[in-house]
Amino acid sequence: MSNRINWKATILLILGTIFILFPLYLTVIIAFKTPQEMSGNILALPESWGFDNFIKAIEVTNFFNALGNSVFVTILTVIIVILTHSLVAYAIARNLHKKFYKFLYFYFISAMFIPFPIIMLPLVLQTSSWGMDNLVGLGILNGVMHLAFNVFIYVGYVKTLPIELEEAAIIDGANTFQVFWKIIFPMMKPMHATVAILTALAAWNDFMLPLVILSDSSMYTLPLVQYAFQGQFSTDYNLAFASYLLAMLPMVVLYVFVQKWIIGGVMRGSLK
Amino acid sequence: MKRDHAFLLMVIPAFVLFFIFHTYPALQGVFYSFTNFKGYGNWDFTGFTNYFKVFQDSRALSAYGFTFQFAIVATILVNIISVLIAMGLNAKIKFRKTLRATYFLPFILSVLIVSYIFQFIFTHMVPDFGQALGIDALSRNILGDQDLAWIGIVIVAVWQSVAFNTLLYLAGLSTVDEQLYEAADIDGAKAWSKFWRITFPLIAPFFTINMVVAMKNFLMAFDQIIALTGGGPGRATESISLLIYRGGFEAGQFAYQSANAVIYFIVIVVISVVQLRILERKEVK
Repeated sequence: MSNRINWKATILLILGTIFILFPLYLTVIIAFKTPQEMSGNILALPESWGFDNFIKAIEVTNFFNALGNSVFVTILTVIIVILTHSLVAYAIARNLHKKFYKFLYFYFISAMFIPFPIIMLPLVLQTSSWGMDNLVGLGILNGVMHLAFNVFIYVGYVKTLPIELEEAAIIDGANTFQVFWKIIFPMMKPMHATVAILTALAAWNDFMLPLVILSDSSMYTLPLVQYAFQGQFSTDYNLAFASYLLAMLPMVVLYVFVQKWIIGGVMRGSLK
Repeated sequence: MKRDHAFLLMVIPAFVLFFIFHTYPALQGVFYSFTNFKGYGNWDFTGFTNYFKVFQDSRALSAYGFTFQFAIVATILVNIISVLIAMGLNAKIKFRKTLRATYFLPFILSVLIVSYIFQFIFTHMVPDFGQALGIDALSRNILGDQDLAWIGIVIVAVWQSVAFNTLLYLAGLSTVDEQLYEAADIDGAKAWSKFWRITFPLIAPFFTINMVVAMKNFLMAFDQIIALTGGGPGRATESISLLIYRGGFEAGQFAYQSANAVIYFIVIVVISVVQLRILERKEVK
């Protein structure tokens, strides 16, 4: 009885995907069209699939520079986050019965409720006077901004890890750092994957923090380049859409290959 | 003893960095909110003057009005749509993996770029379409209309957020025991009562999280707005974040917008706490 396929739900869901896919379809066809073709039926396929718009968009937006910046910031952020947040969460999770660590735990996770604008203005003065208005500074700040949520889910995960292995290792003469790197860190693998995915997505797509922190346009990440580009070339839709498509493509390609882990990661993250 | 030192070594650097780059700027923001600091140069203490001014500032009040209106409507829509999609994706459907992957796609896309794409849809495609079909309601660019622009922002925000909220609901639904539905079937329960009596109470904690997180995120809306309308037409869609950004960086209102940010922070905390209280009370029942 319960193994019958629910066709009503299947059909409704398939129809619903139109809402998701239509804007993406539009992006692809406009990116390939010429300005002359825009006056006709917008939804029609382009007459030829040339790459002129893309070549021009790559030049105008200095695409590969922005791509490099985005990749750099994202990788730096993920490395900082995985190495440090897991360590912090481990120390907190194993000492939650102590007042100081309990305070630290709530101190960190309370940041989830602090809106970015409240720290934005002073933070910009501080980072520019300390020479942190660059990509490395952005990576470090990302590490600070993501601490709240990551400590929250890492601590939840460490609590589920059995303590016996650690005790055995300590008896064998391992110190606390060795216990962490050799036993706990590898055991946290599923959570590392979740945290890495969510952090990478957030860092890659982030707009507000780079907008206020980065002062030099050669350091602009992909979203910032789209923002700057929009101000200058707002009327050339074909060029603009080619550049949107280029900016979205790396994540979409990645998604096609790792969507199973992304979806699984978010579900695991939300189940704690 | 030595172990305690090791644990301290693990947390102290993070604590220091977090304090320097998060707590200290927040405290500074609160400090400057009592001054007339412009972001540069000299300043004096002015007490609560900035705070009184925010409450009399029609631009700030309209930003709060718009942000609340947008956040409430978007939160409700996102949650209704996400529950429906999650239930569909959780059912015994064909192409399950492909459908899940498709519905989750918006989550990985940049809000800014998605907003630019929708801006084209609202300003060019929909009006052209409306004119071709002679439908008056669709022939206008809603983003250019003071009274309707917020609807465009709601549509984009919902389009983007449904993915993540659906995943959270899906996680919730995966914890529900199938046997409960089979028992309900034997009792002859209808779909509607199965939802309200079984599904909804069991995913109530996920409903609470979704409501609070969605509301908080929408109250902080920035990317969608800067890309879709830039706060316009006029100031009809200027959100609080956008106002603080503009006033603070472009108009020399550092101290004044710091006061606004403090009020904004208090508003978000109060709303989140009230939501949690109300929704958690419902959960127990």
